[in-house]
Amino acid sequence: MLKFTEEHEWLKIDGDIATIGITEHAASQLGDLVFVELPEAGAAFSKGASAATVESVKAASDVYCPLDGEVVEVNQAIVDDPSLVNSDPQGAAWFFKLKLSDPSSANALLDEAAYKELIG
Amino acid sequence: MEDLSHLKHTPLHALHLSLGARMVPFAGYDMPVQYPEGVLKEHLHTRAAAGLFDVSHMGQIVIRPKSGRVEDAALALERLVPVDVLGLAEDRQRYGLFTNAEGGILDDLMIANRGDHLFLVVNAACKDADFAHLKRGVGDTCEVTLLDDRALLALQGPRAEAVLGELWADVASMRFMDVTEADLHDVSCIISRSGYTGEDGFEISVPAASAVDVAQRLLEHPDVMPIGLGARDSLRLEAGLCLYGNDIDTGTTPVEASLEWAIQKSRRSGGTRAGGFPGADRILAEFADGVSRRRVGLKPEGRAPVRGGAKLFIDAEGKQAAGTVTSGGFGPSVDGPIAMGYVDAEHAENGTRLFAEVRGKYLPLTVSALPFVKQTYKR
Repeated sequence: MLKFTEEHEWLKIDGDIATIGITEHAASQLGDLVFVELPEAGAAFSKGASAATVESVKAASDVYCPLDGEVVEVNQAIVDDPSLVNSDPQGAAWFFKLKLSDPSSANALLDEAAYKELIG
Repeated sequence: MEDLSHLKHTPLHALHLSLGARMVPFAGYDMPVQYPEGVLKEHLHTRAAAGLFDVSHMGQIVIRPKSGRVEDAALALERLVPVDVLGLAEDRQRYGLFTNAEGGILDDLMIANRGDHLFLVVNAACKDADFAHLKRGVGDTCEVTLLDDRALLALQGPRAEAVLGELWADVASMRFMDVTEADLHDVSCIISRSGYTGEDGFEISVPAASAVDVAQRLLEHPDVMPIGLGARDSLRLEAGLCLYGNDIDTGTTPVEASLEWAIQKSRRSGGTRAGGFPGADRILAEFADGVSRRRVGLKPEGRAPVRGGAKLFIDAEGKQAAGTVTSGGFGPSVDGPIAMGYVDAEHAENGTRLFAEVRGKYLPLTVSALPFVKQTYKR
């Protein structure tokens, strides 16, 4: 199941595990990324909390946790090479995997059609 | 949507849109922050070849002496700036500062001697205040005119000289900070060999009606790419140059800002025209007695950028404050984070290790010599 947020994150949900990244639209708006900071595995976040930071030459931006849960894995590849987020944002450049506190909460997120409508 | 209709446009506004620029409000103008190539590539292209910047939002001011003698304009302007203007030779330009009575900095600017008048370039956000300040300060002996019918282009980078040479003007004989009037494709322009990137390059004052034509002809050259405000900022930061409003303002003095080099010997204590500018008492005392804080370069040790506003400490626990970052980001040519800021004088020595507070962590950085990149001016 693929879901999106209004903050331009995508979630690929498999059971109670969501793989989370930022959308192509977000990556293109941010421009070339030069730094990524990810949470520690084991960290717990509430929906809407800042879970990661991405930085372009110009500015820093937060990546918000889209649902309540606990981080079970992070993608070191994008820390080592932030440009991966620009080249493959919805594939190899996932940010972290979240064990959802309540998997049914994902139903309230946007589906792909609704997200596409949002970004026009 | 935010209403942006109040924003002013430069003569190149439509050209920016046609080039696919992302526009942002800056100093009351709708300006290109980046083009489709993006900040990183624009920055690196400027250092490798040549970048074209629209800086038409900046103020261009003519000071014409009523006596006809440029020396009278120079002496009048010296009442407002701690700069040797009288000693500025014809067709030469130098950096200057408007100071206030407290020794703070009202604006930074370029001053050129154009033979029978002075030609100034000032910051966009300050230009109306500067114009009023000049009329009050030198209006008795000079006619002060804010030019609103000229654009300003900057062509910067190692290929700038060759590009201008191929297209029109023989600029190879110009040295850094020379100023000349030249025809670019039958358009009379004022060209100075200067800029805001640390690279060799030129700033070109063009009549507004011809600005698009001149810019398009420059952009047709395969070595030239349009560059937005984003890369302009990362280029100047690598070059160690101050951004007015961030790194210098009315709360900082020239000595605190490490800009003593902009105050020539003739205006310092013991000089032939010592003092006589706003704030001279404080500024000259600071030359003699030192200051409690200094603007320095800061090189973060890791990959994380440290941005303007970050607080600096002497310890990794954030117990004892040491100063504040005023500009910071990522330097594409340095390939790492860079910053500058003000630190207490006892911690301002190059090599001093400090810590910046970023998102609740204390990241180590080192006080470092500016600039971060080698300047390539043609002296």
